[in-house]
Amino acid sequence: MNDLLNNLFWILIFPGFVFTVTCGLLAGWVVRKVTALVHHRIGPPLLQQGYDVMKLLGKETLIPEAAQKVVFIAAPLAGMSGALVLATLLWRNNFATNIPYLGDVIVALYLMAIPSLALILGSSASASPHAAIGASREIKLVISYELALVLALIIVIIKAVGNSKVTGSPLYLSSLAAVTPVFSISGMLAFLVAILCVQAKLGYVPFDAAEAETEIAGGILIEYSGALLAIWQLMQTILLIAFPLFLVTVFMGGFDAGTVSALLLSIGKYVLVLVLLILIKNTNPRMRIDQVMKFFWYYCGPVLGFAIVLAMLGNAYGLGWL
Amino acid sequence: MKISMRKPVIPVGPVHPLQEEMEYFQLTIDGEIVTDIDVNIAYNHRGIEEISETLQFDQVPFLVSRICGICSASHPLAYVQAVEEIANITPPERALYVRTIINELERIHSHILWAGLAGHFIGYETVFMWAWKYREPVLDLLEEITGNRNNYGNVKIGGCREDIKPDIIPKLLKELDLLEKKMDMLTKAVLDDPILHARLKGVGILTKEDAIKYAVAGPTARASGVPIDVRRDDPYAMYGALDWNVITQEEGDVFAKTVVRLLETLEAIKIIRQALKKMPDGPVMTEVKDIPPGEGCGHVEAPRGETFHYVRSDGGNRPVRHKARAPSYVNVPSFKASCIGEEVSDAMITLAAVDPCYSCTERMAVLDSQTNALICGFEELLRLSREKTERIRKGI
Repeated sequence: MNDLLNNLFWILIFPGFVFTVTCGLLAGWVVRKVTALVHHRIGPPLLQQGYDVMKLLGKETLIPEAAQKVVFIAAPLAGMSGALVLATLLWRNNFATNIPYLGDVIVALYLMAIPSLALILGSSASASPHAAIGASREIKLVISYELALVLALIIVIIKAVGNSKVTGSPLYLSSLAAVTPVFSISGMLAFLVAILCVQAKLGYVPFDAAEAETEIAGGILIEYSGALLAIWQLMQTILLIAFPLFLVTVFMGGFDAGTVSALLLSIGKYVLVLVLLILIKNTNPRMRIDQVMKFFWYYCGPVLGFAIVLAMLGNAYGLGWL
Repeated sequence: MKISMRKPVIPVGPVHPLQEEMEYFQLTIDGEIVTDIDVNIAYNHRGIEEISETLQFDQVPFLVSRICGICSASHPLAYVQAVEEIANITPPERALYVRTIINELERIHSHILWAGLAGHFIGYETVFMWAWKYREPVLDLLEEITGNRNNYGNVKIGGCREDIKPDIIPKLLKELDLLEKKMDMLTKAVLDDPILHARLKGVGILTKEDAIKYAVAGPTARASGVPIDVRRDDPYAMYGALDWNVITQEEGDVFAKTVVRLLETLEAIKIIRQALKKMPDGPVMTEVKDIPPGEGCGHVEAPRGETFHYVRSDGGNRPVRHKARAPSYVNVPSFKASCIGEEVSDAMITLAAVDPCYSCTERMAVLDSQTNALICGFEELLRLSREKTERIRKGI
């Protein structure tokens, strides 16, 4: 009973829903504010992200007549649940390092795919031609970046295998949080590709073809309104915390909140990833979906293959920087 | 459930998601490939030509400047040139220079506006915001010269309403220098960006043959290697006395159209500098008395292409017939040649690449609401127009 209550507390209050959403709204404001500054605009006030969600929750929710209603309503809920479990899992792995097993990197990969799949299901169920195009683009997007992301994680795992500090299985998130692969050539390459994968997962330019507001008028989200749209936005808010946190955990030595200085360093790591995401977002036009596919398969793929060879050579000869 | 066997159609409109004007493009798609396009325009008929025939000659420029907010120097100038042709008026040279400068400033702000919108279309918000920020000083200059940021109402039959005052000129030159630097930077940024190349090169190609077949005008034609430009082919205002180049590109794709527009902006800055230097002193108005009976044409190279005005006078104080043709009216149908076979994402930027101004394309058709049949078809319009011509001929 106590365990159940504890779990519920983790998922719903801290470090789950309430905590992550609060941080996410703040991060969302940072994204909008920095973007505005890059654009020579003023940008929204601090609470704007919260106002947006609150206002949407109070609006009428329209469900298209031709839509598959159950899927249409269930998809945002499923997507948000996936994002929430992912965020909780990552936070717990960083905060409670004394617990040996709290899910591994493969679980995290599965959970990271759920929001995209939910988006595909929800938009396919909405019976709109724009949403259909958006869904087909989202499918192509998932196919494009998943391989690159898995390859990047393989490099991290290889680095963890070769590191004497790792005591548990190298697949555990807590083990990966103990190493910092970015301080090596192969790890850096993997990190750069992984940040592009996260860019695509967040649906940011140049990988926002599925949403493409100015082309297909919002694509995957076109038929969503009111509370359901608010749930999608909450999911995006949680992901804005979860994905960079995943990168920090896996590539940059984890999010350590043990002391004040460690906490500041950890927040610094998170902000660094966020700023990189924002910069990429604001210095690129939207890529066409076939170009995205080519980019991840033909350019990122070989680079990561090369990095894997480097990492294995590094392990074999004991050269940590390779 | 009823299963329709129609091919899926992507609707763009009836209000454009981005350009916020009334149009309706139906893209028939197969997967992501556009297999057909149906263009519907004229949702917002304002009857400009009809209103114009109820106004006096010197009131019409203010009306035609409202055909399109952006071309609000080109339309009145074309109309005024048509009336000046009827009455055989030659405006003072200084007025012609002022007209040249205002029209080139208009071209600059229109092209920058398009560059920003094009960035917005392909999700490049930074270009959108920066381009529109660069455009602001140009609008401020226009306000300083004419009193309005748009709808300048500066051109009059026989000259100009407002002169360019000498104390504005140093500021004008300074702003042009700043603008030239910024546009140089923007042009280089666009020409060197590999992702922009990937998105724009080879997209929405309008071949030279198609450009001639669809009789497109302005930068749309010049980007397809058709070197037409009214400013050079039939010089008006003072373009004949100035040294400038017609920018052409051979490729006909969206990238070529971008290059043409950006380079034309730099060319326009060159024209304005020369005009400011060569501008003689003197009045900007001549005395205009009656407009005699007769007919006249005026055409002007607006930012989007040739805008053409035809005016007929019966010796009274109102035009008895006024006909305006704006460039978008010929540019929009070329989508049939440039969009089919493209992907949806490419088709959207191709639709934007001719810089369509939907308010310029409004025409009227009368339909039977029961059968959707065209009541006022081509034959009937031809008959009506011949009857009207006969009536007018008897009247003159």
